[in-house]
Amino acid sequence: MADLRVLDNPIAEGERILTICNSCRYCEGFCAVFPAMERRLNFVEADINYLANLCHNCAECYYACQYAPPHEFAINVPQVLAEVRGRSYQKYGRALDMGWVDAISIGLFASTALGIILDRGDSTRKTFYSVIPHEWMVGIFGALAGFIFIAQVVGFLRFWRETGESLADFFTPSALLQAAKDALTLKNLSSNGAGCTYPDEHHSNARRIFHHFTFYGFALCFASTTVAALYHFSGRIAPYPYLSAPVVLGTLGGIGLLVGPAGLYALKRKRDEHIVDKKQNRSEVLFIALLILTSATGLVLLGLRTSEAMPVLLRMHLAVVFGLFLTLPYGKFVHSIYRTAALVRSALESARSQNQSSGQSH
Amino acid sequence: MPGQNISADVIVIGGGNAALCAALTVREAGLSVTILESAPAEYRGGNSRHTRNMRTMHTAPTDVLTDSYLEGEFLADLLRVTGGQTDEALARLVIRQSPYANLWMRGHGARFQPPLGGTLHLGRTNAFFLGGGKALMNSYYESARKLGVQVLYNAEVTQLQLCDGRFASGTVLVNGVAKQFHGKALVVASGGFESNLEWLKEAWGPPADNFLIRGTPYNKGKLLRILLDQGACSIGDPKQCHAVAIDGRAPKFDGGIVTRLDCVPLGIVVNKHAARFYDEGEDLWPKRYAIWGRLVAQQDDQIAYSIIDAKVVGRFMPSVFPPVVGDRLEDLARAFQLPVDPFVKTVREYNQAVMAGKFDHNLLDDCHTQGLTPPKSHWAQTIDRPPFWGYPLRPGITFTYLGVGVTDKAQVKFEKTGVSENVFAAGEIMAGNILGQGYLAGFGMTIGAVFGRIAGAGAAACVKGLVNG
Repeated sequence: MADLRVLDNPIAEGERILTICNSCRYCEGFCAVFPAMERRLNFVEADINYLANLCHNCAECYYACQYAPPHEFAINVPQVLAEVRGRSYQKYGRALDMGWVDAISIGLFASTALGIILDRGDSTRKTFYSVIPHEWMVGIFGALAGFIFIAQVVGFLRFWRETGESLADFFTPSALLQAAKDALTLKNLSSNGAGCTYPDEHHSNARRIFHHFTFYGFALCFASTTVAALYHFSGRIAPYPYLSAPVVLGTLGGIGLLVGPAGLYALKRKRDEHIVDKKQNRSEVLFIALLILTSATGLVLLGLRTSEAMPVLLRMHLAVVFGLFLTLPYGKFVHSIYRTAALVRSALESARSQNQSSGQSH
Repeated sequence: MPGQNISADVIVIGGGNAALCAALTVREAGLSVTILESAPAEYRGGNSRHTRNMRTMHTAPTDVLTDSYLEGEFLADLLRVTGGQTDEALARLVIRQSPYANLWMRGHGARFQPPLGGTLHLGRTNAFFLGGGKALMNSYYESARKLGVQVLYNAEVTQLQLCDGRFASGTVLVNGVAKQFHGKALVVASGGFESNLEWLKEAWGPPADNFLIRGTPYNKGKLLRILLDQGACSIGDPKQCHAVAIDGRAPKFDGGIVTRLDCVPLGIVVNKHAARFYDEGEDLWPKRYAIWGRLVAQQDDQIAYSIIDAKVVGRFMPSVFPPVVGDRLEDLARAFQLPVDPFVKTVREYNQAVMAGKFDHNLLDDCHTQGLTPPKSHWAQTIDRPPFWGYPLRPGITFTYLGVGVTDKAQVKFEKTGVSENVFAAGEIMAGNILGQGYLAGFGMTIGAVFGRIAGAGAAACVKGLVNG
């Protein structure tokens, strides 16, 4: 049978498959993508980019599809939308070539590691800030955080502008609330509680749970840093006791950031390659690796902070965090921005269509 | 295991809803069961993989069904569409068992959801499968895997050894290699012959060449033929089939749901001579779509064209194929190679016959024609606002009605030897007992699920009776 796929153009292929999906609609109960699709009669690039970023790649629709390959319609929504998504990250992020970023971060990591090895250390240095002055740490990471923030806002604005929605609409409280709820519970990876079809066609909540570990681990680490900063400015200087808020939050977060990414990596090793865009594998693995290294070095540093290895461990941890931060706007992390924005738009559209249908007689 | 024989307490032939319901029921009874599915794994499930809901009786609202749908109304709906060609006892059995079948299916991983967009009219009567029929099949097969049901794909049964209507053994080609299979009971749930082009042609003659088959190419009716050849009672007319008018550009096989066109009642339909031939607005589309396959099959070259104008664009489910669009009627006629002047005349005469009314697509409105033959009874609006849209229509065969006679225990009846002790039938191959003609949306799945369970339970009881006795 003829292969109908448009192999070299994910947007054209997206338009082709979504047109077929839109006249089938069997998958409408699975996730937010299909109701959003049904609100459209045809699909231009902006729609396809939006739907691609709304897709959580759970693959349920692929296994349920009567038109999946080897059927001649060759419908593979998760894979095509993954390809579109990867392309959209480049578009909104004007991302540096990932190969380049890999090189920078690896190079930076290597040079810092080298610096640590060359640095014989001073056994009299007992506190973090005698190894790296507090102002330096704040300066370097503050600048980096600012850079990440700006990069993310710019990416978000480009995405949002392409949707054609007004910025004012983005700040609709009910839509923000709905999107936050959907994102924080990963509703679209739950398939009504059964869990998504990942890493294979059987339902499982494993991915959702490991993502929760990762996300909430990240959030706790962020909270830890924020609390520590507040402490610092109120005159309480690190290191903090083991039962202090920054250490407890950071430890829990660190554990989450170990368990979560490790679990996601284990699932990734087993996943069905038909549903993913293999081109993104490297950036996904890099992100996972940096998250694991961040939490691992952080936890080791915490455990050995009174030992002579502390200065070396601190530099190593900071080097890893630096590498992680530097790659954030260019790697897998950006999915959080576009996914959340897409969820906000989905909530807006959903509310509008409900208003519309309740206004009609039938 | 080349050359090795296949042996189980119960052999189930087929791989769709009825077959899996039977096999799972047998396994629940603690017996060994082997499924022989002729399709490869990726196309397993027969026509069930294209389905989306199951008509279910219910006395009170459920999680997915509104209001209630009682036995009397259900049966009345059935009698109306079949014109009385139904075995009422079997029909009542299916209706009464339908809620239990639904519950049982959930126990095997089936998930249901409220009606899909555009199908709200079925929200009271039909429970929709979350993700459609293939998702349902995946749940069944997953449950079968967990319970230890053996499934053989690419397993095409070529022979059955029956002795006085008793099953002893059979021959199956598994990946092309012939093997014998043995069992103490047999469930045949392998569907009709809708994808057997030669058989369709036997029944319909040359027009069958222009039929499109909506389901998989694996529904060849091999077992139906084997059983009939061996003297099973025949039910139904080989010419009877569920045929809808689908997009003429659909693939020969397996186009499924996306090839349907819901715009027929919104415009007019003409044949290759640019003449109208039937009342497009006779009744609500869900009640009429299944007669249009036959109507188109009766036209020259089995082709027709649905014509609408800009007024109704967006009022029907989008089609998988783009419409043919013309700014003038003449353009559309030329694109379809219709005779231009007769086409323009047909539209003009129709437009002149349209009476003013209040258009409402969702009910039997008062927009109709006057003095036109054939009339258009509802939703008649003039076709005059460009651009004009057209879709080619062909008969799309969903399933056939010819089947084998069964008892209320799903045992196959044979002409000479009477009711078989150990040969059971379920699903489309026996649906003709209940659906002699016409169709009720989602009722095929109800018959399959209920009779699949009955056949499975009957086969299990038969085997246990043998063991105990």
